[in-house]
Amino acid sequence: MKENQIGLQTADTQTAAKQTNPLVRFVDKLYELFDNRKIRFSVIAVAVAVLLYLPMRTNMYFMEVMTNVWFYVVMCLGLNIIVGFAGLLSLGYAAFFAVGAYTTGILILRYGMSFWLTLPISALMAVIAGLAIGTPTLKLRSDYLAIVTLGFGEMTRLAARNMAITGRATGLVGISRPYFFGLHLYKINHYYYAFLALAIIAIFISYRLMDSRLGRAWKCIREDEDAAEAMGINVVAIRLYAFILGSVFGALAGSFMAIKMTAISPDSFLFTQSVNILLAVVLGGMGKIPGVILGAFVMVIFPEVFRGIGQYRMLIFGLVLLILMIYRPQGLWPERSGGGPIEEKTCKDEVI
Amino acid sequence: MSLQEIIIQQVVNGLLLGSFYGLVALGYSMVYGIVKLLNFAHADVYMVGGFCSLTFLTLFKDTFLGNGWAGIVAAMLVSMVIVGLLGVIIERIAYKPLREAPRLSLLITALGVSMILYNSVMVVTGGEYRAYKTGLGFQGISIGSVFITHTQLILTVAAVALMFILHLFITRTMYGKAMRAISMDLDCCRLMGVNCNKIIALTFFVGTALAASAGTMAGVYYGSLHFFMGFAIGIKAFTAAVIGGIGIIPGAMLGGLLLGLLESFGTQIPFIGSEWKDVFSFSILIIILIFKPTGLLGKKESERM
Repeated sequence: MKENQIGLQTADTQTAAKQTNPLVRFVDKLYELFDNRKIRFSVIAVAVAVLLYLPMRTNMYFMEVMTNVWFYVVMCLGLNIIVGFAGLLSLGYAAFFAVGAYTTGILILRYGMSFWLTLPISALMAVIAGLAIGTPTLKLRSDYLAIVTLGFGEMTRLAARNMAITGRATGLVGISRPYFFGLHLYKINHYYYAFLALAIIAIFISYRLMDSRLGRAWKCIREDEDAAEAMGINVVAIRLYAFILGSVFGALAGSFMAIKMTAISPDSFLFTQSVNILLAVVLGGMGKIPGVILGAFVMVIFPEVFRGIGQYRMLIFGLVLLILMIYRPQGLWPERSGGGPIEEKTCKDEVI
Repeated sequence: MSLQEIIIQQVVNGLLLGSFYGLVALGYSMVYGIVKLLNFAHADVYMVGGFCSLTFLTLFKDTFLGNGWAGIVAAMLVSMVIVGLLGVIIERIAYKPLREAPRLSLLITALGVSMILYNSVMVVTGGEYRAYKTGLGFQGISIGSVFITHTQLILTVAAVALMFILHLFITRTMYGKAMRAISMDLDCCRLMGVNCNKIIALTFFVGTALAASAGTMAGVYYGSLHFFMGFAIGIKAFTAAVIGGIGIIPGAMLGGLLLGLLESFGTQIPFIGSEWKDVFSFSILIIILIFKPTGLLGKKESERM
């Protein structure tokens, strides 16, 4: 615990002065409490109970928003593998989401395949997409990687917009909804539970990945690429794994989104979508799983809460984002290892 | 149209498009070279520049300047100064406090600034297209069946002239020298007594002013403005900066012109209609990055210590 505090203070001299803010201190205290095993388990137990009970009590609008939250949680955890764990800046994550959604959509609509059978194919397509994007680009510097992923994201969208099989600009309409052991999934509550389950699986896998050999390799590369290479880690291959796993998360979330919406169009995969996911991850705290979940919550719920102020809401969101980043650049719930992952020289001053 | 005429037409289109890309790319490149930031707000600054000059053009319409070239040039200069100052303010408020923070936080801040800019313009304009009314005619010169308006010619020449002036500024003045020095090593410059904060602010001023000029020219050329118009050209200009080698000034110009030409010729390739032209330019980007990761003019630098 003590070590964490020191890490926080030395993390950034700029923010160190701001840490004395009582609100920030209080929030940090809460986070520390959460690190306690017993408290954490009780909080999670209560949260799960509430989340399972929620659909019985609330209205459809709220369920719609909550379903969207779980969808975002899955996507953000997927991007977190790429950006948070492996430290690769990706600005085209919506492309993977598109791959999943279109694979499922096309297979159901054009080939009449069962939804559950399309899932493995969707994952496979995501692996192929991840390989296609990752193989040529992962040797590049981080900023170039950002622009190339951005380019790939746009290319995917434009390809979907211009190909006959993806339904061009109108997209795919009328994707039939599946049965789950005889239960026809058509109500919003069904999708709420489906996405909640997906999110829980994603959280579980994320934790397992983080503590695995692969997760440690990612972290190692993120902190110091050369040292990692010297330790015998195949940097390019390990990064490629991050890309592939992240894209599978996105694609599966996309597949589920395709049946929830029953219609997909190229406009669902705009650059802003990729940016929103990245914002959620960075806002919450890269690499820290509860942080990323928090980020996804904020990202979805904020615009809904401020729906009343109409077109000003994104303006205010931008302002809030700016203020948050200036005062808390590590995110709302930062991973306390000092400094951010995508920082080329963590000890800039010491070098000189 | 004969092949020759198609080529002339596409060269003209490409040069004009490319000079817009180049002007915006310069701002990306200069800022990246100095603070290592992918300034996402830059595309929106371009858009704000367009709207700013439109406001002044409508103001000047009834004065002696009129809404011909004199009015446009005056509006462009005013908008360059105002938007340049906006760039300095953005740097001061949003980027300066984060100069030592993780790079990604800075990037997110830039995205936040971009959101603020385009959403405020959206609120002001009500999200509608605004006509960019000028008093320019449609006279031009024709080569065979190719018709080039005077506007096109003047805009291309003006853009290239601006780039040339910037080149002189960067290579011949002390300020330019300081900028180049900072892009090599900021800490060392501080030790040498360069007022780094001032130079960084100046870089933002020059970069955003150029974007504002490009925004004005785009308004004159396309005849309308929209709050989201920065996005498409932003990505393209960014691509252009990377193709030429990001952080390298002549690289951004070269990249811009090259991308403009490639794009306009890309539309002429059989089976690749104009709807695929963006895919085409991104493919070029990826191919260039695979074979020459530092961009066309970039020198091979080793990141490893």
